[in-house]
Amino acid sequence: MVAWNKLKITLHTTETENLLYTNSFDIEGGNFSKAGTIATRIKSILKEIGLPNEVVRKSAIVCYESEINIVSYARKGIITLTVTPKTVEIDVTDEGPGIPDIELAMEQGYSTANQQIREMGFGAGMGLYNINCYSDKFDISSEVNKGTFLKIIINTP
Amino acid sequence: MKLSEVKEILNADVIVGEKELDMEVKTAFGADLMSDVLAFAKAGSLLLTGLTNTQVIRIANVLDIAAIILVRGKKPQTEALALAKELQIPILTTKYILFETAGRLYAKGIVGCLEQVEDHIAHN
Repeated sequence: MVAWNKLKITLHTTETENLLYTNSFDIEGGNFSKAGTIATRIKSILKEIGLPNEVVRKSAIVCYESEINIVSYARKGIITLTVTPKTVEIDVTDEGPGIPDIELAMEQGYSTANQQIREMGFGAGMGLYNINCYSDKFDISSEVNKGTFLKIIINTP
Repeated sequence: MKLSEVKEILNADVIVGEKELDMEVKTAFGADLMSDVLAFAKAGSLLLTGLTNTQVIRIANVLDIAAIILVRGKKPQTEALALAKELQIPILTTKYILFETAGRLYAKGIVGCLEQVEDHIAHN
């Protein structure tokens, strides 16, 4: 957890001058009826800032996938959105079981989703793979029984 | 083609978006697996699906889907309906099955938003 916070502080001190927007959003684990609300909100925030449609769309997709992951697997999580003139940065931190084998989790088709998640049309093992596809930069770290941290950067052309 | 033509071809009922029927659409994606919709559906496409929960609406929103076509006569769940109205996402419902829905639209010029997935994805 300490290392994750350090990462965030580094980003904010280097980018503060050009900060267009930053905010953190809490996400409740297990609450499927609320899942996706933060992605919808972040999408309208980015639209309002006036970012190109494709950037808004990519950002909304990675937020949505991250949110579904937190709701599906973690106790709770936070998505931090930071917009600078050159990038949209999305940091996702959760408190949960963590991912024992990140390489395996990144593969398409690998999933530990339960029946409830699958009945909603998820759990096909595309989540992290998708996040990686839609990001310009993507970092993931995880500690078993503690949580997972994602750092996603989408460039604004 | 216009969404109004889609409605006619599919003999569909408009559940949300009666005012959006002039919208132009060219492509579509069909699946009941939301994970795959997120991976493959393109902006501005129709989404053909049998899933009716709020997540379908959320996904249509994040992906910039033009309109949702519910197949097999499905109707959106109450919360999904309210959300679609709020986010202004058109929903049509047709009694045709997914295969027929896709076939009838394809025959009239709507094409897939992608033809096939890339090799490395198809392996799974």
